[in-house]
Amino acid sequence: MSSNDLNPPHPQVASRLEQAPTITPGHTFGSITDKISTIVLTRRTPPGWFIGFGVAFLLLMMMLNAIGWLLIKGIGTWGNNVPVGWAFDIINFVWWIGIGHAGTLISAILLLLRQSWRTSINRFAEAMTLFAVACAGIFPALHVGRPWFAYWLFPYPNTMALWPQFRSPLMWDVFAVSTYATVSALFWYIGLVPDFATLRDRANSRIWKIAYGMLSLGWRGSAKHWYRYETAYLLLAGLATPLVLSVHTIVSFDFATSVIPGWHSTFFPPYFVAGAVYAGFAMVLTLAIPVRRAFGLEDFITARHLDNMAKIMLTTGLIVAYAYVMEVFFSWYSGNIFEMYMMFNRAFGPYWWAYWLLILCNIIVPQSLWLRKVRSSPVTLFIVAMFVNVGMWLERFVIIVVSLHRDFLPSSWGMYSPTRWDFMLFFGTIGLFLTLLFLFVRFLPMISIFEMRTLLPEAQVHED
Amino acid sequence: MIPKTPHYGMMAEFDDPTSLVEAAERAREHGFTRMDAFTPFPVEGLHEAIGFHHTRLPMIVLTGGIIGFITGFGMQYFAQVIHYPLNIGGKPLNSWPAFVPIAFEVTILFAAFAAIFGMLGLNGLPEPYHPVFNVSRFAFASRDQFFLLIEANDPKFQQEETRRFLQSLNPLEVNDVPW
Repeated sequence: MSSNDLNPPHPQVASRLEQAPTITPGHTFGSITDKISTIVLTRRTPPGWFIGFGVAFLLLMMMLNAIGWLLIKGIGTWGNNVPVGWAFDIINFVWWIGIGHAGTLISAILLLLRQSWRTSINRFAEAMTLFAVACAGIFPALHVGRPWFAYWLFPYPNTMALWPQFRSPLMWDVFAVSTYATVSALFWYIGLVPDFATLRDRANSRIWKIAYGMLSLGWRGSAKHWYRYETAYLLLAGLATPLVLSVHTIVSFDFATSVIPGWHSTFFPPYFVAGAVYAGFAMVLTLAIPVRRAFGLEDFITARHLDNMAKIMLTTGLIVAYAYVMEVFFSWYSGNIFEMYMMFNRAFGPYWWAYWLLILCNIIVPQSLWLRKVRSSPVTLFIVAMFVNVGMWLERFVIIVVSLHRDFLPSSWGMYSPTRWDFMLFFGTIGLFLTLLFLFVRFLPMISIFEMRTLLPEAQVHED
Repeated sequence: MIPKTPHYGMMAEFDDPTSLVEAAERAREHGFTRMDAFTPFPVEGLHEAIGFHHTRLPMIVLTGGIIGFITGFGMQYFAQVIHYPLNIGGKPLNSWPAFVPIAFEVTILFAAFAAIFGMLGLNGLPEPYHPVFNVSRFAFASRDQFFLLIEANDPKFQQEETRRFLQSLNPLEVNDVPW
């Protein structure tokens, strides 16, 4: 008998030492299956779903309105003009793409690192990735000016014998984002196949049996199939990991390869990737906290998950803070008058408020995550995550608009202000994102059922 | 196709993964070679217990990646060196460092396609109909039950003898699997 049995630690100490479980004890294979599948199959849709979906759908209609007017009038309806040629379109594009990165991080990188707590949030986070990338894609496609020619970005045999400029980072972006969207969609769908089989076998109505049956591809859980399936899943995770790092690296090349003060910088790739993960985890928390409450999923998305996500947010937030400090340092160390003025203009120029709000949202407020109290309360965690969502948007505003509006020649300086069409399109894409998300939680299992089963101790084979 | 055997096979049901793996090992020791097992989640070591050791999938994915790299780089080389060369300040036409990002992305894309479609192809999916679905208890294979199947075309398969063998493994139920 060890001394611990005789002298149990003080209860307060014990509760600090023990981590909350990744799944509440007492569940069986059957109860996990039922709990997640009934949300989709039999439980009545809560009235809150209709209200939320309604609001999101109205925002989506506003987006279509904004796009329609843009197609009629042209991008002159937006506020960007010389010298600020990139504004809301690129800010929102980078913001959405960054949000998507947490999904791939959770589904691929944490899988390779054998973090079993990822299981209950990965389906949800991957869905978030897909929808965020869908929102992101809208902006550059519209910003090409004549969106009906956006397919010219792809290399296809054409009568003009023209090719895209493969040496341009903007072309790299096209390939990076379209590959990312395709691979994320496939990864997500393949993860869903065994769960579609579960829904097919549980569905009561014939229509849903057929629909889920087709989606399940005839999956029957054969041991040979599972073996190849797990091999494929692991290989995809290994492919998605460098992919996700490359996507935001290439997004940062859009800026870093130019000569604009504040953009022309070698540390942009790691800085952007850390910022993307930071923004993404903030968005996962923003969505997971209300959803877990609304559907009673506290058994599966436990305090442990929230705590871990908060810690990742804190870590990546500190990397981002380091990058902000380095930006200041390099502008001074460069000895370049334009670089030094760029930094002065950010902090004390006409857009000073954006810079200091950004520091408040991205650096100062998240430091509260050092406190266990803040991490363990969903409400405070939600508030901190909202600050980061806003902060990461402001970061892109500061990098893009503030760098462009005063570059080299004072005679070409100008000011930028967005129009209402800019705002309508931006909030409209939030509507698109939420609409897709509401449909997702209603019609698809939002937690991976088969992976949750493997978390139970009974799932382990006991060797005698 | 006219089936040569009256049934597709015989299926035993268990309620935990450990019993299933033990049963599969016993069946293999008994001399059965054509069998399969069905579980609601991947069970460690089960594929080896039924005598399935190797998959070609990693080689398929590697091949996909290599083809992707050649395609991605080759497309850019062809476009900017052969088909539409543009002299920009006398810089080399084959500016390979600028071709790396797209070549990398296409490599990943092709390898991912190879992983997904290779897996589905080797598994023979999509396959809407399969005889195992005829067993009514099989609906629980996607919930919480574990099944061992001995195929009727196994050389050692004999209706009564196989049933007696499967009964000796202490299953919940033994069922014939009709075509």
